[in-house]
Amino acid sequence: MTARDCLRFMLGTEEKCLSGVEPTTTVLDYLRLEERRTGTKEGCAEGDCGACSVAVARPLSDGTLTWQAVNACIQPLGTLDGAQLVTVEDLAAPDGALHPVQQAMVDAHGSQCGFCTPGFVMSLFAMAKQGVADMTDDQTIDEALAGNLCRCTGYAPIIRAAKAIGETPFTDQFDAALAKTHAALSAMADGADIALTGPSGRRFFAPASADALAALLLEHPKATIIAGATDVGLWITKHLKQPDPLIWLGRARDLATIVETERDITIGAGVTYAEALDRLSWIWPDMGAVIRRIGSAQIRNAGTIGGNVANGSPIGDMPPMLIALGAKIRLRKGDARRELMLEDFFIAYGKQNRTAGEFVEAIIVPRPVPEQIFKAYKVSKRFDQDISAIMGAFSLHIQDGRVLSTRVAYGGMAATPKRARTAEALLTGQLLEPKSIRNAMTGVSIDFQPLTDMRASSDYRMTVARNMLLRLAQEIADDTVATRLWDKRGINLDDR
Amino acid sequence: MTTAEPLAVHRDAPHDSAARHVAGSAPYIDDLPELAGTLHLALGLAERAHARVLDLDLSAVRAVPGVVLVLTGADLSGLDISPVHAHDEPILADGLVEFHGHPLFVVAAETRDAARRAARLARVTYEDLPAATDIASARAGAKLVTTPMTLTRGDAAAAIADAAHVIEGRVTVGGQEHFYLESQIALAIPGEGDEIRVHSSTQHPSEVQHMVAHALDVPLHCVTIEMRRMGGGFGGKETSGNIFACFAAIVARRCRRPAKFRPDRDDDMIVTGKRHDFEVDYRVGFGDDGVIMGIDGTFAARCGYSADLSGPITDRALFHADNAYYYPAARLASLPLKTNTVSNVAFRGFGGPQGVVLAERVMDEIAYRLGLDPLEVRKRNLYGSDTRNVTPYHQTVEDNIAPRIIAELEASSDYAARKEKIREFNAKSPVIKRGIALTPVKFGISFTATWYNQAGALVHVYTDGSVMLNHGGTEMGQGLHVKIAQVVASEFGLDVGAVRITATDTAKVPNTSATAASSGSDLNGMAAQSAARQIRQRLAAFAAERWQVAEDAVRFAAGQVEIGGESIPFAELCRLAYGARVQLSASGFYKTPKIHWDRASGKGRPFYYYAYGAACSEVAIDTLTGEYRVLRVDILHDVGTSLNPAIDIGQIEGGFVQGMGWLTTEELWWDGKGRLRTHAPSTYKIPACGDRPMVFNVALLDDNANAEETIFRSKAVGEPPFMLGFSVFHAISDAIASLADYRMCPHLDAPATPERVLATIDAVRARAK
Repeated sequence: MTARDCLRFMLGTEEKCLSGVEPTTTVLDYLRLEERRTGTKEGCAEGDCGACSVAVARPLSDGTLTWQAVNACIQPLGTLDGAQLVTVEDLAAPDGALHPVQQAMVDAHGSQCGFCTPGFVMSLFAMAKQGVADMTDDQTIDEALAGNLCRCTGYAPIIRAAKAIGETPFTDQFDAALAKTHAALSAMADGADIALTGPSGRRFFAPASADALAALLLEHPKATIIAGATDVGLWITKHLKQPDPLIWLGRARDLATIVETERDITIGAGVTYAEALDRLSWIWPDMGAVIRRIGSAQIRNAGTIGGNVANGSPIGDMPPMLIALGAKIRLRKGDARRELMLEDFFIAYGKQNRTAGEFVEAIIVPRPVPEQIFKAYKVSKRFDQDISAIMGAFSLHIQDGRVLSTRVAYGGMAATPKRARTAEALLTGQLLEPKSIRNAMTGVSIDFQPLTDMRASSDYRMTVARNMLLRLAQEIADDTVATRLWDKRGINLDDR
Repeated sequence: MTTAEPLAVHRDAPHDSAARHVAGSAPYIDDLPELAGTLHLALGLAERAHARVLDLDLSAVRAVPGVVLVLTGADLSGLDISPVHAHDEPILADGLVEFHGHPLFVVAAETRDAARRAARLARVTYEDLPAATDIASARAGAKLVTTPMTLTRGDAAAAIADAAHVIEGRVTVGGQEHFYLESQIALAIPGEGDEIRVHSSTQHPSEVQHMVAHALDVPLHCVTIEMRRMGGGFGGKETSGNIFACFAAIVARRCRRPAKFRPDRDDDMIVTGKRHDFEVDYRVGFGDDGVIMGIDGTFAARCGYSADLSGPITDRALFHADNAYYYPAARLASLPLKTNTVSNVAFRGFGGPQGVVLAERVMDEIAYRLGLDPLEVRKRNLYGSDTRNVTPYHQTVEDNIAPRIIAELEASSDYAARKEKIREFNAKSPVIKRGIALTPVKFGISFTATWYNQAGALVHVYTDGSVMLNHGGTEMGQGLHVKIAQVVASEFGLDVGAVRITATDTAKVPNTSATAASSGSDLNGMAAQSAARQIRQRLAAFAAERWQVAEDAVRFAAGQVEIGGESIPFAELCRLAYGARVQLSASGFYKTPKIHWDRASGKGRPFYYYAYGAACSEVAIDTLTGEYRVLRVDILHDVGTSLNPAIDIGQIEGGFVQGMGWLTTEELWWDGKGRLRTHAPSTYKIPACGDRPMVFNVALLDDNANAEETIFRSKAVGEPPFMLGFSVFHAISDAIASLADYRMCPHLDAPATPERVLATIDAVRARAK
């Protein structure tokens, strides 16, 4: 089958078929410069402020749509293939009446300067349309809006608007058009590989399967692979890079699966944080708590766990947790596959154990066993949507109070995500008592020499990395003591 | 002639653009349709903190396809854009780089993409010079950007010497990036002859007009600045927009093409100034009762490489070094230090918050020294009404309502009982500790540069009774326009919807002041009221004559005009008045009365009145990491008789969170080379949604008309609530103090990042041993 050379998606209710798309064109530039839809704003061009938030709908097999907010500023246009792109201009009813989400923002005095407002409207709209989250719950709203910065209002009126939306169910023109939209989008799902060539001659590929991806990478071993493009998007907008070719694996739906066996859980490289969250947080609540703080809803809707690993960043949040759990990474080149322990994938800063033409196919995480304890602690300057200063993950097998085995891994402490092997050795075989914890803390000091940067000093990183062991011991010893600020155990919410 | 209730003021009218904001149809400058041939600009930035430029090779820049014009400092030699005429701010560095990021050249290209790419291709040879990038290194050189000020009242040294207790210390407070969501932007469109129209995202259109006229060497009447709305300002668009507007205008003039300058977020944050960070040294003497006898404070500020507004900003730090407290004897001095960093600028509070740092730290110091509750110490030191009411700048506080506000808030927030509960919680909780603090604010309202306290407005009434309003203030989200429209509508007895607000335009209302110093509605509201009243007066006189009634028998209410016993629609009266050749347009003017200030002697009445407020915040901290969470905040704030309670509450909520951000997570971080490394939201962390208080109760002080004759007896609200954020900072401090059983003052510095909180925790624990 020859590859399709045009991009197909819906912009509002209009079906688009674009050829000659420049691979690095972002959704935002497309909207503002080509479509003159200027309601969507550029605030930062790095996916942090949310002023560019748009809603993306994709068809499900049950005839409904999934709705997600994403950051238009770092999303390459090609990643919209097969989706409906809805912007703030689409929300008002055909007669001009504001959408209930928009009206709620007006009623709550939710806008001041108004520049962030379309982004908030779209995040709230996507949240309401998805219809899963409880829009009257503060924590749920915080999670949904963590990626939308407002400098004027202090958020209070926007929260009031969100709650008003949550309390008053509505139907809108998107509901009325559901069958039609679903049919149009389903018709676009042709299973074809996509190959676009931009005016510059640079290419964009979207293989429709893992096999096609493998073949394509043999042909273009130096290609830049994107899934959510939440990091590569910044290379484009901030560093003005023009990667060629760009290969998007989002159409390879066979990479977007979570397969569970009795022994392990295999997370395909195309699985987004949003898709994995429910399952992973069910198994490992602390992992869920960390994922909820990775980026923002917009980033988690686009970004993948595989991308977070493949990227090789020393400050990615998934690798320390996965390493502590003893995860393996499966790499594929052509039809050849190999597996290695995840910690062995990270060789040095910016260097991973991945050869040209090879790609991350999946992460395989062993299922928890009885008497295994897993804890993860993310520490950042700001609680939500901030890159970790220190990320610590701890897996312990404890029997009769004694540590049979343990894996401890940190992010932000070295040039790669790294195990604390001395600390692990000092804990193994010990009772979790003050003396062994103090020893393990000394072990952390031996294992790491962290850097100072804008996120934290070396001293702070070390102190906190060590203190995480105190928290761990406290939580294992007595889980009635408040040790966390952000869960209901930490602060008695009724006692204010 | 009167207007009758219900008036359009004192109501929750939504922001005039609310419906357009939510629909994405409120255009900002970058949203305007682009004229054919529009050029796009980008800056080339220096990569040294302090250096001579030995060679600037721009051949690669010029070679980028689409590049139309490249200008360097040499091309624009002598063009200085210091807003205070200090001649220390060449528009481009000309041979001498004074901060990392100093603009060296500007590129104009056919596309924004081409301009950005080209701007990165310069090859520059530098000769490094010694750089002083922080306050500590600047103190050594002691170079100042402007003349310092000292306020003296009484003999502080003697009073401190006589006091039973003396404490000395230093508190440092960080700067702050404005992080307006809409970055700086200007769009210049050349007109006929020397005329040029510039759309500029600025709080100060008249100054942009002056700068552009200066840059083009044309009279002011050739330059028109238009400003419909900013996507946030916060002081960051008072002077910082000048460079972008000037370059857009220069390029537009030279190329005879429209030119747009929208820097990307990183360039914006690197090139434009921020709130000044300060080191404050204090020495305070007080009695056994915790009442201050004398105080000495020195306020060293990192001003950056040029003066900009650092003079008045560091002055205002001194004006607010008392916050709401009476100092029987005081010596307060500023030290506006020159540093090799970006030139710092106005930011909501304008130095005032940095002054308050001293007062609030000293209250805590006294409390812990004497074993008193910090709130008790604060209350004992408040200004009095008839005595103990003179400020360090010799203005008498005539409208002190701080005691009332604190008393009401202390009760409504249940401060005492919660404080007890917190102590019980802390005794049982080894990891998480909680803290609470109640802090007041008193903020002086008026520009300390007295001549800025003037405003103009233009009101047209059309023959259909619709009203067009224009005034010198700018809309940056604060709801100024709807408030002024409410004022005008009230004068005509109309609904606010009858008044259309148009873009601020230097061709309509000239010689305006910056929309700053919280003065927007005070000044422009009065000017607009004056204009509206002139027209109403003419209408009333016309009606009185035509209907043969007394003028005071003409009433404007609910869209109607009652004339004697008759009632006709406002529009009908306008139509008739037009036919009778009555002028239905007027300009209004206002200048603030009573104020005067003599900087040399440090005496006068710089402020027309004060705005007050107080906040009570409760936090929890994690003693293993220094992280924290704001659990509950109660605010009681004074806006006089509110023009628009919903808008005012929005200012209070937003100001509070912004102030809290300044004191907590917002950290500017320079590396060893003097390079700002926090120049985007990925690294610079303003409060996010989840950082807002979990419980957030905001109330306006009721039954509280302004003692002075302000517009409908309201009060300014833009800046004062910013300082309510101190309650969070001091609540964190209170939680830390629990670790030494409240026996010592935690010397927490700001911003209180988790790292600083943990360091302070460790320091308190070490001292307690």
